[in-house]
Amino acid sequence: MIAIVVLLTALIGQITTDRLIRAADEPRNWLTYSGTYSGQRYSTLSQIDRSNVKSLQLKWLLQNQVAGPWESVPLVVDGIMYVTQRPNDVVAVDATTGRIFWIYKYVGATDYKVCCGANNRGLAMLGNTLFMGTLDAHLVAIDAQTGRPLWNVAVAEYARGYSITLAPLTVKDTVIVGVGGGEYGIRGFIAAYDARSGKEVWRFNTIPAPGEPGADSWSGDAWKNGGGSLWVTGTYDPALNLTYWGVGNPGPDFNAAQRPGDNLYTDSVVALNADTGKLQWHFQFTPNDRYDWDSTQVPVLVDATWKGAPAKLLMLANRNGFFYVLDRTSGKFLFGKPFIKVNWASGLDSNGRPIQTPQPPGATTWPGQQGGTSWYSPSYSPRTGLFYIPTWEDVSGVFTSQPAQYQPGQYYWGGSFRTSRPAPDAPVAPNIRRGPINNWTNELSHGAVVAVDPQSGERKWTFPMYDLTDAGILTTASDLLFTGGREGYFQALDARTGELLWKASLGSAQIMMGPITYEVEGRQYVSVICGNVMATFGL
Amino acid sequence: MSHPDTVGEGLKSLALQVGILITLVTASAAQDHSGQQYAQTDVVAGARVYAALCIGCHGANGAGVGGIDLRQGPLPRASTDAALTTLLAKGIPGTGMPSFTLDPNDARALVAFVRSGFDSNTTIVPQGDAGHGRVIFEGKGACLTCHRIDTRGRDIGPDLTEIGRGRTAVAIQRSLIDPTGTMIPINRPVRAVTRDGRAITGRRLNEDTYTVQIITDDGRLVSMVKADLRQWSVSTTSPMPSYKDTLTPAELIDLVAYVSSLKGTGR
Repeated sequence: MIAIVVLLTALIGQITTDRLIRAADEPRNWLTYSGTYSGQRYSTLSQIDRSNVKSLQLKWLLQNQVAGPWESVPLVVDGIMYVTQRPNDVVAVDATTGRIFWIYKYVGATDYKVCCGANNRGLAMLGNTLFMGTLDAHLVAIDAQTGRPLWNVAVAEYARGYSITLAPLTVKDTVIVGVGGGEYGIRGFIAAYDARSGKEVWRFNTIPAPGEPGADSWSGDAWKNGGGSLWVTGTYDPALNLTYWGVGNPGPDFNAAQRPGDNLYTDSVVALNADTGKLQWHFQFTPNDRYDWDSTQVPVLVDATWKGAPAKLLMLANRNGFFYVLDRTSGKFLFGKPFIKVNWASGLDSNGRPIQTPQPPGATTWPGQQGGTSWYSPSYSPRTGLFYIPTWEDVSGVFTSQPAQYQPGQYYWGGSFRTSRPAPDAPVAPNIRRGPINNWTNELSHGAVVAVDPQSGERKWTFPMYDLTDAGILTTASDLLFTGGREGYFQALDARTGELLWKASLGSAQIMMGPITYEVEGRQYVSVICGNVMATFGL
Repeated sequence: MSHPDTVGEGLKSLALQVGILITLVTASAAQDHSGQQYAQTDVVAGARVYAALCIGCHGANGAGVGGIDLRQGPLPRASTDAALTTLLAKGIPGTGMPSFTLDPNDARALVAFVRSGFDSNTTIVPQGDAGHGRVIFEGKGACLTCHRIDTRGRDIGPDLTEIGRGRTAVAIQRSLIDPTGTMIPINRPVRAVTRDGRAITGRRLNEDTYTVQIITDDGRLVSMVKADLRQWSVSTTSPMPSYKDTLTPAELIDLVAYVSSLKGTGR
């Protein structure tokens, strides 16, 4: 018996399932992509508060030697930070000084296919093992103490346009990942792997084959290249044993006529049994999407009162411009309302299905292809009861479609889009990465943090920015809200009012990840990545 | 240099007045003008290749990747068509730019589309006499009153030293005819009043949520914290006059030719 206990301890090691389930109870650590399984990106730490936030000081910087947007969210476990950097490195860092313990450099194929740069959004951890998805669609297990790889499995064929850019999610004794490649005509899936062996435990295809539930939402062979990618980490409800994932756009992106039907489970949130991968329910936000509006936003799990009764809710601010509240036990639609200007739909019916109003050819659609929000994490504060959305205000564009021919590993767009511009030759805001001078200005669109009351969908407050934002949001129990933007400012707002309390200029570079907070030896820290630098602040 | 007048005066005038797009693909191919010209069929085909392969990152406007403007350049790694073709074939290792296996026709078409400033209408203005255009620029047009070319001129309007790299001839023509309608927003004239009542006017260089950087009418670089200003306004009316009626169509075309020829000093 003693031997078994010792063996189990050695196998399970540091981060147990129980610790992950109760991550909110140990706010000194940041244990998953969103901090906790709920996806709220809310910390109960409160040492830094509204009265002292003005005294925040830079504690350390971590310089990244790799060029390109740095979208990774670090994990922090008992004083050690683990963060990925391009293309697929893992760096272990002392969370109090920023000095490096080790760097693991994954050596994989370099002819991977990724639509939007060599991004990686972070790690998952279980036991004493870190897990990373790679650009060539492998899943790698790494010893957190030594930085040595333990196992490496191919999840999908990268040559056909599959990749992994999201941070995995560890649930019980499995590692759950999903595949990217929605611009390459992939057939997406979510899969769970045994954390010890790397053996596949279950797989859920986000595009059903003929004969499977949902297949009647496709016509002919369109499902074979139907897209449905995964590129932002899902969430998990231990009590219901359901894991929730937002699914990407259908392929080809812009030619809806080439794939008649609703195209399940693209642009949906799916609730899967965490042991089997079996679909419990789904809810589709944008049926037969023609706008490239992935629904990969974080499905945020909230326990709150709904119409006078306690309820298990799922909240999601969608790229299509609507904010939704669902019953996460059944997937039932409870509420939805636009949080920005939209004209692609006149509203939602009683089941939450959009009443679509496609604009005539050449006419402007709100929102544009980049949508009202996207991968940048929202936050929910149980203290304020508000849902905070990094938003692109008034962004619009003109969509065109054309037939697309599938070729393995090649783009499968089926059309294009044109972002509206204020003058014939005026620059428009870059889709992905900006330079140091803002020559597109705020004339047609700008970013904002929007605080929405989930009970009414009304804006409680808006914090406008001059440029757009790709920065996630962190809230804390001291009613602080931390976020960034495309201008390189790291900002602390009053989560109740939106008032700016503190800011630091980190240079003219983008913040493209969600800030995190943690505590070591009684001191609270806040970390953010701007451009090629991670900055950590404390009192 | 002979005046490369390949179309009649009446047609030139018509083109300018109603904005008809004239293509001179074959007629002007051997002539001295500001940029190489490409077969219209290639530019149109290139638009399709671009939409299929490039638009995801670079965007419909060619500026989707920050710091890189495919329409307006400069593209230091692809300064020649051959270099651009090679770059497409090899990608740029260590960046998001992948390699593409294109058939030669598609590669040629894509290069044509990029080099023509994404104008799939093959919008090419009639070619004027750049030498005569310079005379108008410095004389009748009085352009140096506000604009700078290298060490000459002023900073009220944008620096034109390299304008021919960044703007197509059609865009330059549009700016001369309709300065307000075509003004790039960042260049808008601004006026600030400080807390102590001082008024500062100039041209905007950069702006963010909290600050703005301008160059004043007398050429000083000034950065201001917006919260410290008593008043802040941005004018949507360009201070530049339209040359639609003050220059003849021939003069206008010559001026376009000259401005298009401004490609920097090489320093």
